[in-house]
Amino acid sequence: MRYSIFSVLRQALAGNRGWAPAWREPEPKRHYDVVIVGGGGHGLATAYYLARVHGVRNVAVLEKNYVGSGNVGRNTTIIRSNYLLPGNIPFYEWSLKLWEGLEQELNYNAMVSQRGVLNLFHTEAQRDLFVRRGNSMRMHGVDAELLDVAGVRRIAPFLDFDNARFPIRGGLLQARGGTVRHDAVAWGYARAADRLGVDVIQQCEVTGIRVEAGAAVGLETTRGYIGAGRIGLACAGNSSRVAALAGLRLPIESHVLQAFVSEGLKPVIPGVITFGAGHFYVSQSDKGGLVFGGDIDGYNSYAQRGNLPTVEDVCEGGMALMPFLGRVRLLRSWGGIMDMSMDGSPIIDRTPVGRLYLNAGWCYGGFKATPASGWCFAHLLARDEPHAVARAYRLDRFAEGRLVDEKGQGPFPNRH
Amino acid sequence: MRIPCPHCGLRGHEEFAYLGDATLRRPDPAAPDAERAFAEYAYRRDNPAGRHRELWYHAQGCGTWLVVERDTLTHEIGRVTEAREQGGS
Repeated sequence: MRYSIFSVLRQALAGNRGWAPAWREPEPKRHYDVVIVGGGGHGLATAYYLARVHGVRNVAVLEKNYVGSGNVGRNTTIIRSNYLLPGNIPFYEWSLKLWEGLEQELNYNAMVSQRGVLNLFHTEAQRDLFVRRGNSMRMHGVDAELLDVAGVRRIAPFLDFDNARFPIRGGLLQARGGTVRHDAVAWGYARAADRLGVDVIQQCEVTGIRVEAGAAVGLETTRGYIGAGRIGLACAGNSSRVAALAGLRLPIESHVLQAFVSEGLKPVIPGVITFGAGHFYVSQSDKGGLVFGGDIDGYNSYAQRGNLPTVEDVCEGGMALMPFLGRVRLLRSWGGIMDMSMDGSPIIDRTPVGRLYLNAGWCYGGFKATPASGWCFAHLLARDEPHAVARAYRLDRFAEGRLVDEKGQGPFPNRH
Repeated sequence: MRIPCPHCGLRGHEEFAYLGDATLRRPDPAAPDAERAFAEYAYRRDNPAGRHRELWYHAQGCGTWLVVERDTLTHEIGRVTEAREQGGS
């Protein structure tokens, strides 16, 4: 069923009894041309673009829980392409371009809202760094605007500009950045892929990867054996565990990232605002809650919950930036498990096991990457060669010394 | 999460700095496959879900490097020993 104003009106007159499920609940077939492991944003986007762009429709997406139960429903919903390195900018810009057309493409309201991403700076040195990043973006055709204090004041007059320790000196604005309703991204891709014939199979956990003569041929699952022409892993958070089923050891540590939402407020924060003297980012959802987060906790974890010192650190960052937050009550907090890679950048590549492909290492920047990640992983799975904008994300770049280290931190996952 | 430091007692983990997997051993630089071994050592991790031996440094305490056994699924902390006792790195 196509969604439109007419379908809404027709259903309203019929008492909303005629809505069909957004996707089927198929039984797994014995064999697929491509099987994607992981029914999150990246896996579902991959399946959708495989079917839509490459005409590969005999595809299954296997999800151990329910669609969108992992990180696609646990992030702070921010989209942007304000990167510095040439290996990153074209990829994230392609992602932002896909976001811009996503809702028409999927016929699904994902509430893509380009309300702007404003990175604040607090010292002259940091201003220079942001100028460099802004220039790098503009050289790649990406929008970036340097704001002085008056410019920031026009957007966000409520900030603590004259904070004694962290006075605000200006900001770098990407006006095309913004937020997207994260669950709707998973649902929209699942529905659109399903309409093209992709089997989205929930409650189906992969327990083994069958390898014959150096190549992957199928998957042992909780719903039986499923043969596959090619297998794509898109299970960030658990990439190490799933890849280990095929004997692979990845350049990844799993870490917990917490996120927070406050009680609903009237509109107060116009876009996404980030603190430059600590790690804090905040936006306001359309329901009114302030959605915010900060650093990962910093130790290996698969627990999907974090500890209090990080909560304190995040809230301190918020208070330094916008003291009115002290009057706001926290509604919920939660944790998601991040694939923290050794250089802070993702991996979209073949693996040493034949016909087994890897999409992993998204650190805590995976949500904004969802469309381009799916686009490029589908390209790799269909053509067995990397997409032009994802060429830097090779698995062997660590051994080769071709790291994509946006923050210059070295091989310490908890510092990226 | 609190870590029982052998010198300072039970302390909040925010007093400690984290360095990850304590089971890694620096390869022999003179070995014929040293290049491959160092790439493994620097970049690849077992990243287990469950029991994990890991290095914590009591930065805001006694300044001792500790090997902490911790469960990455529950954050439960087990045995804590001084890193110098396990020797080599």
